[in-house]
Amino acid sequence: MEKIPLKEIEENDAHQGRACCPASLSRRQLIKHSAKISTASLFGAAALLVGCDEMAAQVSWAEHFQKAYRVMSDAEIAEAINRLEARYSSHYEKQVAVDSSKAQPGVLFGAALNIQKCIGCRRCVKACTVENNQSRAEGEEIEWIRVLKTDSPPASHDSSEHYYRAEEVPEQNTEYMPISCMQCENPPCVKVCPVQATYREDDGIVVVDYNWCIGCRMCIQACPYWARRFNWREPTLASEDMNPSTHYLGNRPRMKGVVEKCTFCIQRVRKGRYPACVEACPVGARKFGNLLDKDSEVRKVLASKRVFRLKEELNTEPKFFYFVD
Amino acid sequence: MSTQRRFTQLRFLTAFFRYAFSGSKQYYLWLGFLMAFIPPLLWGAHQQFTLGMTVTGLSDQVSWGIYIANFVFLVGVAAAAVTILFPAYVYQHKALKKVAVLGEILAITAVCMCMLFILFHMGRPDRLWHMLPAIGIFNFPSAMLTWDTLVLIIYFLLNLSAAYYYLYTKYRGAELNKRFYLPLVFVSIFWALTIHTVTAFLLNTLPARPMWHHSVLPIRFIATAFVAGPALMIIVFLIIRNKTRLWIENEAIDLLSTIVVACLGLSLFLMLSEIVTELYHPTEHSEGLRYLMFGHQGFNDLVPWFWASLLSMLAGWLALMFTGIRKNYRLLHVICLVVFIAIWIEKGLGLIIPASVPSPIGEYSHYSPSLVEVVNCLGSWALGLFMLTVLTKGAAGVITGEIQCENGAPKQEHSHA
Repeated sequence: MEKIPLKEIEENDAHQGRACCPASLSRRQLIKHSAKISTASLFGAAALLVGCDEMAAQVSWAEHFQKAYRVMSDAEIAEAINRLEARYSSHYEKQVAVDSSKAQPGVLFGAALNIQKCIGCRRCVKACTVENNQSRAEGEEIEWIRVLKTDSPPASHDSSEHYYRAEEVPEQNTEYMPISCMQCENPPCVKVCPVQATYREDDGIVVVDYNWCIGCRMCIQACPYWARRFNWREPTLASEDMNPSTHYLGNRPRMKGVVEKCTFCIQRVRKGRYPACVEACPVGARKFGNLLDKDSEVRKVLASKRVFRLKEELNTEPKFFYFVD
Repeated sequence: MSTQRRFTQLRFLTAFFRYAFSGSKQYYLWLGFLMAFIPPLLWGAHQQFTLGMTVTGLSDQVSWGIYIANFVFLVGVAAAAVTILFPAYVYQHKALKKVAVLGEILAITAVCMCMLFILFHMGRPDRLWHMLPAIGIFNFPSAMLTWDTLVLIIYFLLNLSAAYYYLYTKYRGAELNKRFYLPLVFVSIFWALTIHTVTAFLLNTLPARPMWHHSVLPIRFIATAFVAGPALMIIVFLIIRNKTRLWIENEAIDLLSTIVVACLGLSLFLMLSEIVTELYHPTEHSEGLRYLMFGHQGFNDLVPWFWASLLSMLAGWLALMFTGIRKNYRLLHVICLVVFIAIWIEKGLGLIIPASVPSPIGEYSHYSPSLVEVVNCLGSWALGLFMLTVLTKGAAGVITGEIQCENGAPKQEHSHA
């Protein structure tokens, strides 16, 4: 586009006659031409800018009006993933991958935690946030795991401490109880979601489609384990803190106004890795595996240890087991 | 023919709103007073929709607050239209039948306010379309929220069509087609119960929240709704008969105040049942109620509200037992206002917050509405009262015949205004 006026200059020059060399352009013509050129370049720049805006607008339009993930075709999923990868990569200034791998047949994930071993160091809490790209707004950090500290023996049933500070852990006469999503087989949160934005995947992981959630927080009310968190503001996540290996239903960056929760690190476990909390636990209190595989760690725990689940009487069928040796 | 009818409808609407927006200086002052709450509302809405829900006092611990509290309360007010419609059309109560359409207007207004509060409650109001069948996913029948949405929308449409048809027919001076109108009214009477029942089910089907998880909740909802709704209508009726040409008979007001006193008694009884059940041998399930009534280690935010509400309900109930007070129309609206506010506390914050404090894993936390929440709530109430005032004024004009179609000659009605 910017070349057109130049061509016009040449043509004009041609009109003026051969004898007239470009240097002898009259002052008036020069002004006229340069005005043309600058106007044209302005238009060109504007066109480029508009093009940019249009692209961003198209992405945001597409993201706003995309379907729920669970009803997307494979092609639509691929399109959505491409869009997200491009947007995240440019926003966080690094190559971000958004995985969409599906549940494998014959897999049902479960976890177990030895409360006798847990020392309350909360390294799992930290590892979880580092892995899962939770918002780190000052004073409003989102954490998916809450560790309760109780006196041993407990003084009363509501005496647990949520915000304990300790120089050294474990403290004397103290028990610790990490709580996060129980990945219920009969999840009350899924039942109440008016738009099926949260649902149970075939490998037993309860996930949230962040782009479909309407933020009514019905699921937060329905969860007996207080496992769900809400993005009260636009999440804060610095580029250097961002874990670029993500899953669509897991640790990809979230937006304000939607619910999130533990996904057993879906981005890891679907690729055969351990969840971050299991890896981070310094005393090996956390176990993880396929409940359908009788040789898995978690099945061994179920077979050989004394096991209980939280609020079993609510018929939620948690796949998170607590045990003692 | 149909164009003719459309013209008449247009003329009716013009006349209706022209009449509704004309009045004394006092009337304009009242409307202006209500409108004064709108700029703060716009500011609050802007804050919340740009910065997110972080501008509210809500947290992961208390994630439902004053918006839902108002919603639940107003669903009750909407349902309470039945306290006018039922006596009017089932018992043929003459005085109430004359003004039954005002009950429908109350229902329409209350449902609109409910929707406004839901909009404010949502984290992503821009994604509400996800609920639309066909293009979104409507998790029906699994999710109680979808039931609630359905019954509220249908209730709104029922009342809107019934009220519009009634007023429009009156305007034309025609006879009501009973085969069309009465089924509408009877369905909406039944439907009123469904909206409040389903709203109760929304809460009491959650085992995670012991404060709500009991079967007394739906009937308590209905009982308190039939206190707050008629109490508001008594106030409206008293204002109408003092300020407009529409005279509302004593019998209409007396029947409503009888309903208030009966349902207030029932509400107090149900409250007592709950308190005795929970506190005779307190368990973990009673913690919400204990927090509400007595506080817990410095978490005492709701204690004064609870006792103020309980005492006001008791006092109102005792006072209204006396026929002399019930028929003292200078005192009645004051008592009604007190009772109305008491129920708002009991069924609003007093019901919603203690379900979250302590949290399901035993954490106590503070919640108080932020400035943004307060201005949004006040603004929504102001909008609701504005709507109620204008629609009621217009309806009163139709009932008294001040807004009437002059047959044949399409005369404009502003001459009456």
